[in-house]
Amino acid sequence: MKKKWTDYLWIWPIVYFSLGFFNILFAWLGMIDFILPLLLAIFGGNKAFCNQYCGRGKLFRFLGKKLKFSGKRPAPGWMSSKYFRYGFLAFFMTMFGTMLYQTYLVAAGAQGLRQALKLFWTFRVPWNWAYTAGWVPDWVAQFSFGFYSMMLTSTLIGLIVMKLYRPRSWCTFCPMGTMTQGICRLRNSKD
Amino acid sequence: MAKRKASVDAGRCVACGECMNECPRSAIRVKKGIAAVVDTELCVGCALCAGSCPVGCIEIMEVV
Repeated sequence: MKKKWTDYLWIWPIVYFSLGFFNILFAWLGMIDFILPLLLAIFGGNKAFCNQYCGRGKLFRFLGKKLKFSGKRPAPGWMSSKYFRYGFLAFFMTMFGTMLYQTYLVAAGAQGLRQALKLFWTFRVPWNWAYTAGWVPDWVAQFSFGFYSMMLTSTLIGLIVMKLYRPRSWCTFCPMGTMTQGICRLRNSKD
Repeated sequence: MAKRKASVDAGRCVACGECMNECPRSAIRVKKGIAAVVDTELCVGCALCAGSCPVGCIEIMEVV
């Protein structure tokens, strides 16, 4: 099939994580992957981001299918059940809320800037080379560390399920996918 | 001779669009962000969509 420009979007997560390795403030670019799917679902009534523009999905497809790193089994049934999908969404949003609260504490001066990532919401990984204090208000940097942690954690989970099952197994429980499909269901139920 | 066509379990579909990316005939598409839908006129039952679906909600059915 003829290549489209969207077929190369797998480069985006590689660029994102590389930039964030050297300067954590680039983590804010990940908000594109957060806001754009929602805008397309709310105003377009579709999942065009998931279907065509998600760089992470393209990356899993590239690694899993083209480079043959993935398994061949479909994901287990429980992984695509509405209970697990909405439960994981709730968990993810809770962790996002916790991250925002940490950012607020730093903004309010109640907590100092922590220059570290937290992988799988558990393991603290020093990342202090990627920011020099004073460039921006501390809360801006704190948000960067938190958001980059979430993006990296979810990508690592996606790579694990890609290896175990089919390339885009992450999509079965991706919080953005769950949210946007839910929005589309609500939006289009009026039709 | 029976024809083979893809069939989507819409209740399980997560509308990721991977089937759309795989289909060489553009016979399957995600409708309104809810679930994939097969155009049986275009579908030739090649099963590429079924093989790529991460949920495993696409089956190839014999259609007489």
